This record gives sequence, structure tokens and C-alpha cells, in this order.
Amino acid sequence: MSLLLKLLAQRIALGLLLLFLVSILIFAGTIILPGDVAQQILGQSATPEALANLRRDLGLNDPPLQRYFSWLGGLLQGDLGTSLTSGKDIAESISKRLGNTLFLAFWAAIISVPLAILLGLIAVRYRERWPDKLISAVTLASISVPEFLIAYVAIFFVSVRLRWAPSVTTINDSMSLGEKLHTISLPIAVLTLVVLAHMMRMTRAAILNVMQSAYIETAELKGLRMFTIIWKHAFPNSIAPVVNVVMLNLAYLVVGVVVIEVVFTYPGMGQFLVDHVSKRDIPVVQACGLIFAAVYIGLNMVADIVSIVANPRLRHPK
Amino acid sequence: MNEELKFLSRQAALGAITRRKFLGRAGALGLSAAAANTMLAGAVHAEGPQKGGTLRIGLQGGSTTDSLDPATAANTTAVNLIRMWGEPLVELTDDGGLQGKVAESFEASADATTWTFTIRKGITFSNGQEVTAADAAAMLDRHAGEESKSGALGLLRDIKNVSTNGRDVIIELNNGNADLPYLMSDYHLIVQPNGGKDAPDAAIGTGPYIMKEVDMGVRFVAEKNPNYWGDLGHAETIEMLVINDNTARVAALQSGQVDIIDRVPPRTAGLVARAPGITVASTAGPGHYVFIAHVNTAPFDNPDLMMALKYGINRQEMVDKILFGYGSVGNDSPINAAYPMYSEMEQREYDPDKAAEYFKKSGHEGPVLLRTSDNSFPGAPDAAALFQQSLKAAGIDLEIKREPNDGYWSEVWNNKPFCTSYWGGRSTQDQMFTTAYLSTADWNDTRYKSESFDKLLIAARAELDQDKRKAMYADMGMMVRNESGLICPMFNDFVDAYTDKIGGWVEGVAGFSLMNGYAAQRMWVTG
Repeated sequence: MSLLLKLLAQRIALGLLLLFLVSILIFAGTIILPGDVAQQILGQSATPEALANLRRDLGLNDPPLQRYFSWLGGLLQGDLGTSLTSGKDIAESISKRLGNTLFLAFWAAIISVPLAILLGLIAVRYRERWPDKLISAVTLASISVPEFLIAYVAIFFVSVRLRWAPSVTTINDSMSLGEKLHTISLPIAVLTLVVLAHMMRMTRAAILNVMQSAYIETAELKGLRMFTIIWKHAFPNSIAPVVNVVMLNLAYLVVGVVVIEVVFTYPGMGQFLVDHVSKRDIPVVQACGLIFAAVYIGLNMVADIVSIVANPRLRHPK
Repeated sequence: MNEELKFLSRQAALGAITRRKFLGRAGALGLSAAAANTMLAGAVHAEGPQKGGTLRIGLQGGSTTDSLDPATAANTTAVNLIRMWGEPLVELTDDGGLQGKVAESFEASADATTWTFTIRKGITFSNGQEVTAADAAAMLDRHAGEESKSGALGLLRDIKNVSTNGRDVIIELNNGNADLPYLMSDYHLIVQPNGGKDAPDAAIGTGPYIMKEVDMGVRFVAEKNPNYWGDLGHAETIEMLVINDNTARVAALQSGQVDIIDRVPPRTAGLVARAPGITVASTAGPGHYVFIAHVNTAPFDNPDLMMALKYGINRQEMVDKILFGYGSVGNDSPINAAYPMYSEMEQREYDPDKAAEYFKKSGHEGPVLLRTSDNSFPGAPDAAALFQQSLKAAGIDLEIKREPNDGYWSEVWNNKPFCTSYWGGRSTQDQMFTTAYLSTADWNDTRYKSESFDKLLIAARAELDQDKRKAMYADMGMMVRNESGLICPMFNDFVDAYTDKIGGWVEGVAGFSLMNGYAAQRMWVTG
């Protein structure tokens, strides 16, 4: 166990270093982009005087390095700063958006992960027979079609024609949980279709790999039911690669769904980040970037730990 | 007309029978669906405004980074939002004239250098405070002062002094300006308590609604201001959703989640209009899509080359293929019939022979480089390709360089010598010319510098004789058409759409899209 703790500490330290590097990259990236926040705020209506006044107010005349370090200093004290464009507290405005993103990701994951694994198990059980082929064909087709196209098709049939679920999924605090879930049912469905194939294929491949082993044959000879063999004997031994892929897809559900957010007008982090990148609002972009990076690093860490815990050979290295 | 039909349409308008039922009965009585729809709309209008209900509006352009401060408002969502809670001193009438808002009247001195605006008596801000002349003066000070970050700063440069006297705000100008009240209708110049100096983004104003929920770039809810002085505002609640994706916005209208949307893409507007219960409304305005060349930069400093380019563009083809008919042909002048003092000019037509002739005379060799991007106007890269084809017929080689959307307004527009762009237009000729064609204008994006033009512009500004003034503007329009770097193939219409759940749309309102941003206040929920 002490080995595990040591590993955990190592991973966390490495993660923090990565986050630091990410913050430098993001800052450099936004500095390189043409135009600054003052120009972007005033747009076509920018006059030189208005620009100069706004730049002075926003502190854009300080050298970039100084701005970066004052931001970093604030961050280390737990202060994300204030947005350059709206002047609001960043932590406050992000927390609402992050909450929305996690809400959508959570419900999409709750449906898609068990469904993907179940479909994977079924595919192995009926390998090379029609259920396997049907599952593969449908999930591969849904991952091959661009997500915005699936979304538009879903909107056309489900929202416009049948009027079963809304196409504009702007949720707000005055809604009950049931109303919220009904509102976001379409994006959940589309996201499920998008992430299903990857997880299902990996489950199928990993289990099939194990199915060649001698102990599976033993189990078969003992007369166990095929599904019991897969669930009880094969699946636990193939959990590591499955968890890896599941975590990658969870990370995608949090950080990669900006297209879905735009199509369904969902107030999540993706749209929030895009808005601020196009306005060159560096502190907000930094904060979003760090959160996204932290989600990725964190989920990958979870995947590593789960695969170590699940594999005695990794738990007790020689 | 059939009495039964009339009765039914009234019933439908009042909500006594459903719309669907009315259309069914009308069909049974031998009326075509289109005719029945028109009749229903007429009946809805005739019944007059109905009070109450929630009107939902889907808008393009909002962003999470927006602020409620009217000084930095820069998109259509911001304009519609400001119209909820605030008002300028004066506002455009439907036909482009002026009406008082916070100011009940205004008058000029004989030379138009001193203007007096009288604040409406007894009106209050939504926080209960009474509106005073000092609030309006402070507003002008905030937007025109040295510290200003306001988008209206450019308009207010000529103000020498602002003072108050009782309910009067007195504005003194350096040069006479007969159009000053038009400048005061600018959407940035909203009267706020103490001019908005203390709390610029508090959304406290004299408007017909009060903001209840504000989620920037996402959703807004406004409720009727019970103490509003005027007759705007029929719905009890207005819900505004920012839906930037074109397809999503149209789908929201079709699925009944919103009652009215702006910016229907011209490409699909025809299809949207065919859906039952949806009306697409197109409104001609001063907005135009342009190809702009810097006439002080080679090779565009060569007037013959400019002429070759102007004769080498097929304007009608652009209106048909880029605007899908939702617009009108341009004439290389920024002024069209939407302006109060417009006079018609001879239409410049596509003439490849003439273009070739001018091109030969110019002595220019090699291709001409045009920069474009998707966001310079909808369909700009396609328009550039059409321009390339029409120039080819004249033996002119146009090279197109596609620029990224991001940074286009800071790096390419008003920076590179030849590019695509758009203008939203202004409410008067003077504003349009002053903004973009005066030698000293910041946004002189064609680098047109002509002393005689400048002189004429300043003189016209103070000219109170309307006929003389109109003649002056006609001359100026001609100068821009022939001498500047503006190639203006088309004026784009505003294309909005609404469902039959709301009534009260007025055709052809001057100003911005959605009835100059007042659709939500002027329309009503019919049930």
C-alpha cells in the first residue's frame, strides 16, 4: 500500500508540474494571437482614444511577463482574478458553467458507460453472430458521423417534427431536476452515441483477448454459463484497458463537447472558453485551460491507479 | 368576403378557436392556406395588442464576455437588451424620422450649433429616482469625456460644452450640426442615473421592462416595468435566449421554443417561410456588404484600375446568389433609399468590355490580391469567387486570399489594402460619411481623402435648408461612387422570422433588425 501512496504522490507532483507548464503555454498562446482584449471588446467601433482608455483601465500596458506572474501569484493564493471583459469574479462565473458541464457529462456518463460495457459483453457473448455485428455496425456508424450532424438530425426529428424534447437546452436554476433532465435529453442522447463506440469496442477487444486464456477454457469445462464466464472471469481481468478508455471518454465529455454545446445552446464551459478566447480575455482562458488540464490529468491518474489496483502483478512488482 | 370566414378569423385571433382549427375550416370553405394565413394575421392585428403572457425571443450575437454597460454594447443581442431597460434621449420613428423618448422635445439655434433637449416631466428610473437633466448631461459626459471607452465616442467629438437649465440639457457644438438629434438616438447613449458613472452595468433606466435574470451570452428575463411612462410593452415577461448557431436558432423557432428570431440565413429563409405558422419578414435597411480598397496604396491609387474593378462586378448576380434575393443592388455608394435625404443616381452596371478598357488604360499587370473571411459578411468567400469570375470575363485576374475569422477586424480590415467587409449603415448620411469617408475618420477604410468632399460634408451638416442639403448629399454620394475605393455590390435586408403565437409585427421599420430592436416591446402574445 505504501507503494501505492508513493506512486500517488509522484503522480500528483507530476500533475502539478504539468499544470504549470500548461499555464505557460496557454498564456504564450493568447499573447501570440493577433489583437488584444481592448480591440476585441470594442470591435469595429474602436477609436484610438477609446482603445487607449480601455487598455489603461485593464492594465494591458504592463509587460506580459509581469502580468503572468501577478496572475500566478494570485492563483497560488486561490484567487483566479477578475475577467477583463466583464469585470466579474472568474471563480464565480466559471463555477456556474463548470457545474453545467459536469451536470451534462455526469448524466451522459451514467447512461453511456454502463451501456457501452453491457453492449461490449453482449458482443463478446454473441461473437461473430448477428448481435455482435449489429452492435458494431450501429456504434461504428454513430462514431463515424460528425457529432453536429447527428445533433441536427436529432433536432429535426425529435424537436421540430415530434416536439418531444427541446432543441434549445438552456437550463436555469428555477427548473426542477426532472425538467432539467428533460431539457438536456437530446444532448445526452447524442453524446452517448458519440462516446459509445470507443468504449464498447475496447471492452469487446479486451475481453476477447482474455477469452483465449486457459482458465477460461477451464471455466467452460466446469460447465459455467457463457455470460457468467465473461462477467465473472474474463471482465475483471480485462478491466485495465477498459477503464483507460472510459476515463478518456469521460474527459472528452467534460472538455470536448463545445460543438454539442453550440448546437444545443447549452451554457457549458466550452462556449464560455470560446467566447473568452475570441475576446482575448487571458485570465479566464488561463483558468478554463487549467481546469480542463486538471480534469484530463486527474482522470488519467484515476485510470492508472485503477489498473494497478486491479492487477496483482502491478501491485506487487518483483 | 365570406362572413363566416371573417367570424372564424376573429375567433382565432381572440384565441377562442385554435389556429389549426381556423386553417382547417378556412380550407373547407375553399380558401388557400396562404390566403388563410394572411387573413389570420390581419385579424390578429385588428384585434389590437393583448396584454400579458411571456414573449420569447432567440437572438444571434451575444457572448459570455458581454457587459450590461451600454457604452461597450457591440452586438444585436446587446442592442435588444438595452431596449428592455433603457432609453436614449430620442429614437427613430418607423419611417426614419425622430421621436422623443427621455427628452420630450428638442430644438436648435438658427445655426444648429446649440441644441436644447427638454427632459420629459415626471418620469422615473426603475429604482424610483426621478430623471433629471443632470442625469442626461452626466451621460453625455461619460460617453464623450476623455476617460471614455464608449462606442459612441466617435460620434460625440464635436461637443464643446454640455450644461443644464431646469429640465433642459443644452449641448453646444464646435460646428453646426442639423443632425445632432439623430446622434442622440445611438443605442450607446442610454440615460442612466448620474449618467451611469456610478454603476454603468446596473441596467437601471427608464425602459418598459426591468431585468430580472441576467446570464450573459445565455439567457435574460425581463418583467414589465409597472411605472413605465409610455405605451410600449405588452407581454408581462420577456425571455431572451442567445442562440448563436443559425440552424439551432431556426430550429428553436420551428419547434416553438421561441416566438421570434433574428438573422434567418438567406439561404434557408425560403424554406423556413414555407413552414406553417411561421412568417419570414425581410426589412430593407442601410446595411451593405463591400469590397474596399485603399486608394492611397498601390495599385489601388490608380483610378483606372479602380474603375475597372467597379465595372467588373456583377451586382445583380451577388444579390441573387449571396443574398438569395433578400436585398438590393448597390451602386458603389454607402447610401440607399433607407436614408432620409437620398437622391437616386444612375445605376452602374456590370460591363466587362468597359472594365477591360479601363484595365488596359491603367497599365496594371498581374493579379489583384483580395483578402476575405467568412465573418467579414455571410457568404463573403463565395462573393469573392463570383467577383473573380466576373472579372475574368474582362481579362482581370483576381487572386483571393482566405484569412482566418479570428482577428480579421484587427489585422485585415482597415489595415490591408483590399478586403471584404460590411457596414451596418447609420441613420443619416452625415453619420455614414463622417464615420467612413471623411479624411480624418478613424474608420476611413477606403483611405478616401478629398478636401472638397470634407468641405461639402461640414457645410451640409450646418445647412438647415433641406433642398440645398439634399443636393449636397447627392454630390457627395457621386464623389464617393466615382473616386473612393468603395465597391458596394449589395445592400442586405434584415431577415427576421416569427410564429403566429405573437402579433403586431410592423413592416419596414427603420433602424436595426427586429423592428429596430423594439419587436419584443411592440409585439404581443396572442395565445
